Amino acid sequence: MVHPLKEEELKEHVTISYKPQAKYSYTAGQALSTFLRGLREGKILGRKCPRCGRIYVPPRMYCEDCFYPTSQWVEVKDEGVVMTAVASFISWTRDRLEEPEIVGTIRLFPSSPRDYVYPGLFHRICCSYDDVKDMRIMGKTVRARWRPAEKRTGSIDDIECFEVV
Amino acid sequence: MKTNLKFRRVAAIGAGMTPFRRRMLETPQEMAWEASRKALDEAGLELRDIDCVVIGSAPDAFDGVHMKGEYLAHGAGGVMRPSSRVYVGGATGVMTAIAGWYHVASGMCKKVLAVAEEKMSPGRPHPQAVFRYIWDPITEKPLNPNLIWIFAMEMHRYMFVNKVSKEEIALVSVKNKRNAASNPYAQLGGEITVDDVLRSEVLVWPVQLLDVSPVSDGAAAMVFVDGDIARRYTDTPIWVEGVGWTLDNTSWPNRELAYPRYLENAARMAYRMAGIERPQKEIDVVEPYDPFDYKELHHLEGLMLAKRGEAPLLLKEGFFDKDGDIPSSPSGGLLGVGNPIAAAGLMKVISIYWQLKGTAGKMQVKRSVHTGVAQAWGDLMQASTVIVMRN
Repeated sequence: MVHPLKEEELKEHVTISYKPQAKYSYTAGQALSTFLRGLREGKILGRKCPRCGRIYVPPRMYCEDCFYPTSQWVEVKDEGVVMTAVASFISWTRDRLEEPEIVGTIRLFPSSPRDYVYPGLFHRICCSYDDVKDMRIMGKTVRARWRPAEKRTGSIDDIECFEVV
Repeated sequence: MKTNLKFRRVAAIGAGMTPFRRRMLETPQEMAWEASRKALDEAGLELRDIDCVVIGSAPDAFDGVHMKGEYLAHGAGGVMRPSSRVYVGGATGVMTAIAGWYHVASGMCKKVLAVAEEKMSPGRPHPQAVFRYIWDPITEKPLNPNLIWIFAMEMHRYMFVNKVSKEEIALVSVKNKRNAASNPYAQLGGEITVDDVLRSEVLVWPVQLLDVSPVSDGAAAMVFVDGDIARRYTDTPIWVEGVGWTLDNTSWPNRELAYPRYLENAARMAYRMAGIERPQKEIDVVEPYDPFDYKELHHLEGLMLAKRGEAPLLLKEGFFDKDGDIPSSPSGGLLGVGNPIAAAGLMKVISIYWQLKGTAGKMQVKRSVHTGVAQAWGDLMQASTVIVMRN
């Protein structure tokens, strides 16, 4: 095998570049459409399975365990517990970020610390890098900071972030 | 799940791999060919002897070619014979070996060539951007996540629940890169210290540069044959005694991340098949999947080789060192050897195969080994594949 190239050596060789137009119009589907409409009104909606009682947030039209249709829309609180949080110094293209972006997962109420699965969201968390670094933010109760009603568009971005109560 | 099935015994009789490097000058097909040819040579077979071919490769977007199974077919010896491609994200590598196993175990094929290949480096400017299309397009993608974020989340959760420090986790990186120094295929072997890890660039706190495996290209291949004919080709066949795999859901924000329940499920399935009742007493060498250093500890717990939260303690005591009680990642793992996704998983199986055969050279562990386990993991923290082999 020949020795591999260094990154800068790639520039000395013939390369053919091509930028694909990989753009999609995804459908939000049955469950998420109602969920997104709920976000526009400042509500977090979930679906409840009539058999096992599990609440799905983000919602699903079926229960993955019972394999049975979920039957009921329920509103969960826009408040929950930070399960985990991280501070990212790289963007999705792996470019360096000067200011870290702080994101995490939130277990929304009603739920219990003993649950293995729970209603929850992945979202930004408004706190400092130090709060993440020494784990102060973990296990804290947080609440959604909603964008003003006229600026909401029916997207996950209608929540600006979650902040400590 | 019942696994008291009637199946044919399956033996591994050959393995081969390319070195793992970044920006390799070979095409994916050329790499697959090199690994396949080496595996056939070790087995003493020619391509005409092979009945079926299994190809494993992770997302097409890495190599930048769609239908990667079909694309790789001629380099992997898959032309004009039953060929199929398996894919379960990062868990693909071990799944390739498992698929090779069930082709033979079912009695359908006598001799199977299983090939795994991945070329991560073509993606510009960085393969990380390719992961944009694995997220839920409605609830996750608008937040512009990258893959290191979610593993950092799992790592932080693991540290928080089990009260594990960054220093304890960095020891995995130190151990694996040291082990990789005696592996001729390795990309990043060497002596580093815990301090080096803690001083490296912060990518996504708590993940730093030396906590992560590198971007690599590479291929690996193995030959599996029916137990009845294995001894025609070798005096030391290595038997596949147990397999298990499990897929959890993609809803990682709705799950406890501190413990991989899907891995425990897969491990129990494989152990039951292999008749293993006390994993920590009966397993001699292990290759857990280690794309990040904390993952090795996470997986050792999921494989039930350590109690929950106790893997860091055992690691510190030297339990998982090359001369320890259960050597873990004697090859150097993904952190040391490199991480061409599917090929890295099959490299783990090959490492156990060489250990059990006694042909691991400088990588050979100190204790005598009889039972080995290889494991891989992938997708959105949801898939695990486990294989148990004996000599």
